[in-house]
Amino acid sequence: MTIIIYLIPVALALGLLGLGAFVWSIRSGQFDDMQGPAYRILDNDDDTPA
Amino acid sequence: MTAVVPALPGCPSGLAPAAARDTKRGYSGFVRNVGDERAIDLIVRGAKCGGCLSKIEKSVFALQGVTQARLNLSNGLMRVRWTGELGADRIAQTISDLGYGVAAQAADPGADDKAREERSLMISMGIAGFAAANIMLLSVSVWAGHGEMGEATRKTLHALSGIIALPVLLFSGRHFFRSAWAALRKGHANMDVPISLALSLAFGVSVFETIRGGEHAYFDAVVMLCFFLLIGRFLDARLRRQAHAAANALAAMQISAVTRLNDNGSAVSVAASDIAAGDRILLAPGERAMVDMRILTGISDVDESLVTGESLPRTFSPGMTLHAGAINVTGPLRGEALKVAEESLLSQIGEMLEAGEQRRSAYRRIADRAVSIYVPFVHTTAVLACVGWLLLGASLPEALMIAAATLIITCPCALALAAPVAQVVAAGRLFRKGVYLRSGDAFERLADVDHIVFDKTGTLTLGTPKLEGIQQNGCPVPLESTEAAAMLADAASMARVSHHPLSRALVAIAGPGTVLEGVHEIAGRGLEAEVDGQVWRLGSAGWTGAAAKGALHGPSLWLDQGVAPAVQFRFVDDVQPGAAEALETLRDQGIGLEIVSGDQNSVVASLAEALGISDWTGEATPQEKVARLERLRADGHRVLMVGDGLNDAGALSLAHASLAPGAAIDISQSASDAVYSGGLEAIPVILRVARKTRSVMRQNFALAAAYNVVAVPIAVTGHVTPLIAAIAMSLSSIIVTLNAMRLQIEN
Repeated sequence: MTIIIYLIPVALALGLLGLGAFVWSIRSGQFDDMQGPAYRILDNDDDTPA
Repeated sequence: MTAVVPALPGCPSGLAPAAARDTKRGYSGFVRNVGDERAIDLIVRGAKCGGCLSKIEKSVFALQGVTQARLNLSNGLMRVRWTGELGADRIAQTISDLGYGVAAQAADPGADDKAREERSLMISMGIAGFAAANIMLLSVSVWAGHGEMGEATRKTLHALSGIIALPVLLFSGRHFFRSAWAALRKGHANMDVPISLALSLAFGVSVFETIRGGEHAYFDAVVMLCFFLLIGRFLDARLRRQAHAAANALAAMQISAVTRLNDNGSAVSVAASDIAAGDRILLAPGERAMVDMRILTGISDVDESLVTGESLPRTFSPGMTLHAGAINVTGPLRGEALKVAEESLLSQIGEMLEAGEQRRSAYRRIADRAVSIYVPFVHTTAVLACVGWLLLGASLPEALMIAAATLIITCPCALALAAPVAQVVAAGRLFRKGVYLRSGDAFERLADVDHIVFDKTGTLTLGTPKLEGIQQNGCPVPLESTEAAAMLADAASMARVSHHPLSRALVAIAGPGTVLEGVHEIAGRGLEAEVDGQVWRLGSAGWTGAAAKGALHGPSLWLDQGVAPAVQFRFVDDVQPGAAEALETLRDQGIGLEIVSGDQNSVVASLAEALGISDWTGEATPQEKVARLERLRADGHRVLMVGDGLNDAGALSLAHASLAPGAAIDISQSASDAVYSGGLEAIPVILRVARKTRSVMRQNFALAAAYNVVAVPIAVTGHVTPLIAAIAMSLSSIIVTLNAMRLQIEN
């Protein structure tokens, strides 16, 4: 059972990694527009503005 | 790279009406310098689909020197960056020419605060969710290992849970603590008071138990409670921010330049806020009036659709008063400002919207009433339990533990979910029927409705003119005849150069065709051209010299080709299909019906008669609409307002509940509780779902109360373990959610 001494921190670290990614994605504005990106991907024109 | 210039203005999917074009000016004041580039934020209205997105972005990007053009489809905010000589007015004009409404984004600290609050709630929610998942993992081990697990292992797992829970309590829990503290300082309690108390007591007791090496710790309950409640908070914040954005869009419309004429006759462009009453103003064709003004010289057709909801332009001549928000269509107008911008109609409607918001937020929802019973009940019970156990000889930690358990197990989870879940499920059902709900508590207000006030144009009628018949010399010409086709082709060849709605309706029927050379538009009269030495005229009866004999009433265009008697093209604003049936259904439910319109009395009267509605008011200003609603409210009616124009916005926000059709302008849509697509048949459906939702919500509160009746004795007698708390918490939430799911079932 001593394995849990390693497993719990590993599980927590992985969870924190996901949490960090979530916070980063909010901060970088990925949740600001929930509708536009769904349409942008359909537009395969090379001229699409950055 | 070439700009995509589409044939049709506005949303290519037809999800939003095309905005009226107006001349864009005065945007340079909103340009910022970012490094060596320049930037401006614009609010774009009417962009609804992917077609709009690429249409707008590509056209702006194609302008000289633009380096970035990105439109946020959710809130309509467009960021543009460019280098070089390009003017900000040119960018705004490009978007306007595509058929979208555009305005400069003013500095709005309120919006930033709201966006930040929403973002912080989302992060708090994420952290609480992460912690809830991880602590549950540890808690399940403790529960599963009950009786076998050694004290040291249990203590370690509890301590780990505590370490994970602490930041959640401090970071995610701060929303509740702050709000509870603010309420307590003002001397009253809100829902956050018992939440904060339960959170901190449960955490404190758990820490104590962990240190003591006890069997029970409630860290899982703390974070789970936090997580569930934050989900509700976040959804609520998002709804409120959307409502705020609507008010902001109205404010943005007022920020624009006005051309002032100085005493020496020179024209200067000044901000609308600098205009004083009595200033001379020039309103060029294509410009939107920013202040109320009286016309001194000039004759022109003016599109007042934003102000009165009337789709046909009205001819303005000297002496008439023009309201802010109207767009000049044909000729230049000179006038005198009657009021400063802050007192003009547009601002007054803004104030009405705010007043309505406040009135509505004062509405006591079922949830609020439930909380006002719940808070004293739970707290009294907890205190009584603590005192009772002390009297029975229990130690202080034991008694406190039982009081904490009472607070946790009566946790407001089911209570907090009872209303929102029912609202979400019902909103989903309405969404599939093409009804988009703007606020969750709308269901309760919609369920109360006993009287409906309709706007006319665009609500009961389609709002766009349609060719009904052609008549010459008092004799009708069948629309299918070759004769009619020839008349239509001639008229359309002139009408194609005009923006007048009647001209457009004519062209819509005639289809594609040629454009006559040398057609010119005369403001307030019509179109004129010379063909083979004959003067052709298309316009009003008086101007074309048409004989009034045998002429039919209603909006008409007359075609005079100089030789034969003038031809009359008659238009009607058709009643919405299915309107009569929908109104009949509503009448059967005992709901009072009424029309209040800004349109002429005769038009309103004939429509009211056709639809069998005896109560009607015509020629009503926005203020009169509001006054009518106030009167109905004073008489004890719960009024539902259905309307689409800016002139309805004040009434919409003031009514007990309100609906707007999908083609309504953005401000009206945001001022109302729900937006429906299709015809009026949606209204009986909405009301039926609302009443059902209200009854499910009431059942849910009854279930939550029943759950407490069972849970409280268990807690007070000291039999609550963390396992029981977790099961009870989930079970009550699941039951409430399942009950709400019944709203999915159609009957």
